[in-house]
Amino acid sequence: MSILVQFAIGLIFGIGLIVSGMSNPAKVLNFLDVGGIPAGTWDASLAFVMAGAVAVTFIGFSRVLKLARPFFADRFYLPTRRDIDPRIVAGPAIFGIGWGLAGFCPGPALTALGFGSVSAVIFVAAMCAGMVLARFVAHLPSLSRFVTPADPLET
Amino acid sequence: MVSTSFTPIASLVGGAMIGAAAVLLMWATGRIAGVSGIAARLFPPYEDREFAGRLAFVAGLVVAPVLVRLVTGSLPAQTIAAGPVVLVVGGLLTGFGSVWGSGCTSGHGVCGLSRLSVRSLVATMTFMAAGMATVFVMRHWS
Repeated sequence: MSILVQFAIGLIFGIGLIVSGMSNPAKVLNFLDVGGIPAGTWDASLAFVMAGAVAVTFIGFSRVLKLARPFFADRFYLPTRRDIDPRIVAGPAIFGIGWGLAGFCPGPALTALGFGSVSAVIFVAAMCAGMVLARFVAHLPSLSRFVTPADPLET
Repeated sequence: MVSTSFTPIASLVGGAMIGAAAVLLMWATGRIAGVSGIAARLFPPYEDREFAGRLAFVAGLVVAPVLVRLVTGSLPAQTIAAGPVVLVVGGLLTGFGSVWGSGCTSGHGVCGLSRLSVRSLVATMTFMAAGMATVFVMRHWS
């Protein structure tokens, strides 16, 4: 049952990406193209995606987190780290360059697979390789001495 | 460059659906709906027993366009201008950076900002700035 619910939640997320326009890299790149503001080619739509998503999540989280526990789990798994370490800047900087190159972030890239384009398959394959590489490097003993022992993937 | 039209209503509605999905996932599993974290944990090393649920979530993301096409008979435009080399480099950087920085647009941008996390605010401002700088260099420095 939990598996089916998570599939349905992924579906809602994916449909949201399609409806919002996030699944179209051209739209994402035109949003990131602030240099296009004078020419009138800037597409501000993605600010509205973020606004809609954050508004619903902000209200929804505050309600859900008042519950004793999640429906299918023993407890809530919330990120606990608050420190600003080099990785919280370096990682997003690297990710942002990749995002700006192709116009895909991880969610829309996965949804793009269902559009049936070969380009999406190439991007997702490279993205998964990058993810595996990052986890491999993060788990190297020489690095873990300097990194806090918390879950390296924790938001 | 392909021009796109400004779609504030559709984007707001789609964004609200993404938010609803994030809230539902927290309600159901107690987990952050961060796509990079969920996708990365489909690969070893495995640290918990949540594999099947994560795979189901990712399957939902992939099947979404198929369902939209079945129900509405068509799909909105999707223009991928990048060639294979840019796709591979962009994919590697996106995958590596999102995991190295503990999250992407969904984990930091949607869930993190909604939790008023300072780490997520720093991350979100950084990837937005890096994305904008990259597009600026690609489009206006040639």
